[in-house]
Order: sequence, then structure tokens, then C-alpha cells
Amino acid sequence: MTEKSQINADLLRPLFRTSWRFFALVGFLGFFVVAAFAAFGYQMYTGIGVWGIRRPAFWAFDITNFVFWIGISHAGTLISAILRLANATWRRPVTRCAEVITVFALSIGAMFPIIHLGRPWLAFWLIPYPSERQIWPNFRPPLAWDFFAINTYLIGSVAFLTLPIVPDWALVRDKANGWRKRVYGILAMGWRGTPKQWSRLESAMHIVAIAIIPVAVSVHTVVSWDFAMAPVPMWHSTIFGPYFVAGAIFSGIAALILAMAGLRKLLHLKDYLKPLHFDNLGKLLLMMSLLWFYFIFAERLTTWYGNEPSEMAVFWATQRGAYAPLFWTMVFCNFLLPFPILAIKKLRTITGTVIASVAVVVGMWLERFLIIVPSLTHKYMPYNWGTYQPTWVEITIMIGTFAGMGLLYALFSKAVPIISIWELKVGLHASSVVRSPLSVAGTSGRLTTGHGQLTTDN
Amino acid sequence: MLKAIYGLYADPDSAQRAVDSLRAAGVDERAISVASSEPFEEYEFGRREQRTPMAWLAALGGLVGGVSGYLLSSLTQKAYPLPTGGMPLAPLWTNGIITYELTMLGAILATLAILLVSARLPNWKPQLYDPAISDGYILVGVVSPPEALRIGLERTLREAGASEVKELVVGLDAEPRTQGVSE
Repeated sequence: MTEKSQINADLLRPLFRTSWRFFALVGFLGFFVVAAFAAFGYQMYTGIGVWGIRRPAFWAFDITNFVFWIGISHAGTLISAILRLANATWRRPVTRCAEVITVFALSIGAMFPIIHLGRPWLAFWLIPYPSERQIWPNFRPPLAWDFFAINTYLIGSVAFLTLPIVPDWALVRDKANGWRKRVYGILAMGWRGTPKQWSRLESAMHIVAIAIIPVAVSVHTVVSWDFAMAPVPMWHSTIFGPYFVAGAIFSGIAALILAMAGLRKLLHLKDYLKPLHFDNLGKLLLMMSLLWFYFIFAERLTTWYGNEPSEMAVFWATQRGAYAPLFWTMVFCNFLLPFPILAIKKLRTITGTVIASVAVVVGMWLERFLIIVPSLTHKYMPYNWGTYQPTWVEITIMIGTFAGMGLLYALFSKAVPIISIWELKVGLHASSVVRSPLSVAGTSGRLTTGHGQLTTDN
Repeated sequence: MLKAIYGLYADPDSAQRAVDSLRAAGVDERAISVASSEPFEEYEFGRREQRTPMAWLAALGGLVGGVSGYLLSSLTQKAYPLPTGGMPLAPLWTNGIITYELTMLGAILATLAILLVSARLPNWKPQLYDPAISDGYILVGVVSPPEALRIGLERTLREAGASEVKELVVGLDAEPRTQGVSE
């Protein structure tokens, strides 16, 4: 069997063979998703009094989850686009795993403002269209910017994910029989793989990659402005934009490492998702951990030094008050634990990066919670302070979204090769050019590498 | 009716030889068809028809998106005045965000549209294709070959190193039919 046939066999196996483990996993995750839908149905039937939010904390779990999942979505398209533009050759097995996270996490995240509306059936009021109500959205508040930013990022991410899948769908079409052949034949859209099609696909990927990077940055910046535009203690800060973007990339890389580790184990992809990939992503995670620490230190120092009473109330509530256990757990999870694991080469193994990533995902969820709730419960006048405790409805919906992410990922990996097959094959012959330039020199039309330049024999 | 003769090549060097030989035999460039399961940009046959105005058209799409975004926000604000927080009715600062997002959306959508049009997708009509491409073979063929040249083309394709040479005939009401060409 040639190397390319082996790649086909390994990466198409999950699409054509289904074990009982897959059904068990779907059943397990599906249970939590159904439970979340049931909780959401109960909330719609009963009203939003079933939440734990009380005056003055009108934003809590839903908005925490919104910010968290939008942050997780930065794993995929942004990282993939950067690696693609940088032509990092090790990216090939990683990009699709990452891009899928973006599409699903963004969809899950975008659900939360709708859940939070209380009357989700009126969500279409957000969409600017000329209706008989003559109520057009106000374009000035950040929530309207969210609508445009998230939808642009979602459309761009779906395009960025789907475009390179088309050649792989053509491959599945050629290998499948029966109904699968018909379905994948439609999805492949008649792809043949002519030089013109490849050239156009690569150009389109390049352009979308260039466009999607600033969009990704803008999405989390706009999410941060949901808070920073409000004169609430410790929200009204210019640092929030970059702080949120850095945090999003941080949690996104952690989510990507966890997804890759799961795929490696469950789909037997050890030959494709190698320790090198975890090592490289571990280094990126380390850099983001340091950057996160820098931001939190800068934010805390500025607040402490300014000694503004309303901000100090929030500051002390998180440093040594009711929220201190969560705050210090966050610091432990986001910096104290991952830093030594990721900085010491011997510890930066697959297991090590997975442990660090679990900690970072937990820590970043806590960070989102700690940005939102302590500020709202300590707003200016002490008589207006309050507390917040989540109810079973909010907790069930949150657990359901984590299960939903896993479920969508599992179903996707049954329908689409989770590693881009054609890009892996390109990697094979690209590396053969580097390995043995002399063996191909003299072939008509072949590009050869010589003295660091590309020359053609034609 | 689609009629074609083609060879399947196990490696890109022989595919390149086949393309060169077909050209040398006087076959029109437009009649030579190549298909592969991955791009071969390091070969000349993989770089045919690379020039594309896609980037410029994407920029144009971005411009259209941006202008639409600005008009959507500013005209709406003027048509339905909602004085808010002492801001002007159509503030550039906030409308700039809508304009920016729709600029990017316009560029992305334009890129998608140009890709589909220029790569001729979707196209479910019968085309010169062989499922062996998915096993790593490279197809080099000639669409609608003149009957007089058929035997010569078959020899040219075979001499370039084809693993197999086949003919494809697709009638208007028939399933695609391929057959091996015997030596």
C-alpha cells in the first residue's frame, strides 16, 4: 500500500466504520443535550424567574457562557489562518480540527444572547429589516455590533472550513457506495481537481485567511466592548479589547489541544496528530499564558494604584472577599499550573499539554465569570450591592453546551475527514522536494530548489 | 456527447511528460485536461490558468460591503431618529464598526462567489474524470479528440508513462462508459 493509499484508508475509516463506542458516546453526550433543551423549555414555559439572577446582577451565567464560547471559537479559524499564511508545514493535520471548533463554538456562543433574551422568539428583532413595526435596531449599542461581528465571523469561518473540504468530499464520493456516494456526490459539487480548480481554491483560501484574521480580532474586541462601553467599575477600561482577544486565543488553543487529544485517542490518529503538534501548540499556549498574566497584572495594578473607591470594592471582593476562591483558582489554572508544565520541555508531553489545557479551559471560564458578576454585584452604591448564585436551570444549560460541543464534533468527524487529506498529501510531495532536489532536477517543468531560490527548467 | 481519451499517471513527472508530448503532437492547449487529487504547483501542468483577478474582485466586494454597511446604519439612523446618550444621530465612531464588519463580509462573499464561478462549481454534468484519481493517479487527457489522431494520441499518452489509457464516451441519455484501450 502506498503512503497516499494509507492516508486515504486511515482517514476515511471513521466515515465508513462505526463501532458501538461511537453510539455510546453520542448517547452519553446526547443525554446532557436533551437535558439542556428540557431546562431551556422549562425556562421558556415558566419565565426567567427560574434563573439565579437578581438585581443588580442581571448578567451572569448566560453572558459568561456567551463570552467563554466566543473565546473558544478563536481556536480555529484565527490560528488556522495565521498558520496557513505563515506556511507552517506542521499545520496540515491541525487546521481542520481547529476550524471545526470555531464554527461550533461560535454557534453555541451566539445562542446565549438569544437564551438570555427571556423571550427568544423575538430574537429576529435584532435583524435590521423594514418591518411594519417600524422599529429598526439602534446601531449604536455594542450588542448590535455583536450581531454584525459574530455573523461575519460565522459566515467567514464556515467558508474557511468548507472550501478545503470539497476536494475531500470528492475523495469520499469516489470511495463510497450506495446512498453515501449520492450524498457525497452532491456535496462534492462535481469537483475534479483540475489545476484551475486547485489554483482558485488556494487563492480563495488565501484571501479568506487574510480577511478572517482582522474579523476574528474584531469579534472578541466587540464582545469586550459589551462591557467596556458601560460605566461599571472595572469594566470601563481601554485594556479590555486586547485583554479579551488574548484570553480568547488562550482558551481557544487549550480547547484545540483537548480536541486533538480526543481525536487522537478515539479515531486512532497517532500517526497524524504527533507529539510535535502538541509540543508546538504547547509553546503557543505557554506564550498566551504569559500574555494573560501580563494583562491581569497590568489590570490589577492599575486599579489598585488608582485606588478609586467603586473599583476597589470589586477589587477586594475578588482578591480577598466572596469571589477570592474563584479568583485564585483562576490564577492557579491559567498561570501557576500551566506555566511550569509548558515551560519545561520534559513536561510538555501530550499528557502534560492536556493537563495544562484542562486547567486553562476551567480558568478561562472562571475569568469570564469574574469579569461579569463581581462588577455587577458591587456597583457604586453599597445599598445596591447584591449576590448571585446559579440555579439548576442555568447549570444544566451550561453543561448541555459542553456536551453539545462534543456531540457536534463527534457527528462531524463521522461525516467529514477530520484531517484534510489532500493537504496532507501536498505535505508529502512538498517534503520530497526538500529531501531530494537533485533527483528531480532536469525534469521538464519541475520546480527545483537551488541556493534558496525556486527555479524552473522550462 | 462527451468523448475523451486519457491516461492515468502514477507520478507527476510522467504526467508532465504527457502534457508536453500532447503539446508537441499539436493538441490544442484548451483540449488538454489534467485532474489530480492534490495540487502540484511545483510542476508546470499544475500552474496552468493561475492568473485570476480574484483578489481585486474581493477588494471590490469589500468596497460594496463597506458602502452598504455605512448606508444601512446612517440612513436608518436618519430615517428613524433615536437620540441616544448625547451622540450625533449618525456617529462615525459606531457606524465605523458596522462598516468595517460588512466590508469584510463583502470581501468574503465576493471571494466565495468568484471561486464558484471561476472553478465552475457546482457542475454535476458528465465530465472527464476517473475515480482512480482519488488513489493518487493523475489524469491527463484530450477532450473531443479528432478520430484521425486517436491512435496517435493513445500512443503518446502511453509512451509518456501512463499506467493505463482509457476512452470515455458519455451519451446524452447514457451513463458514463469507460473502456481500456488495448495496445
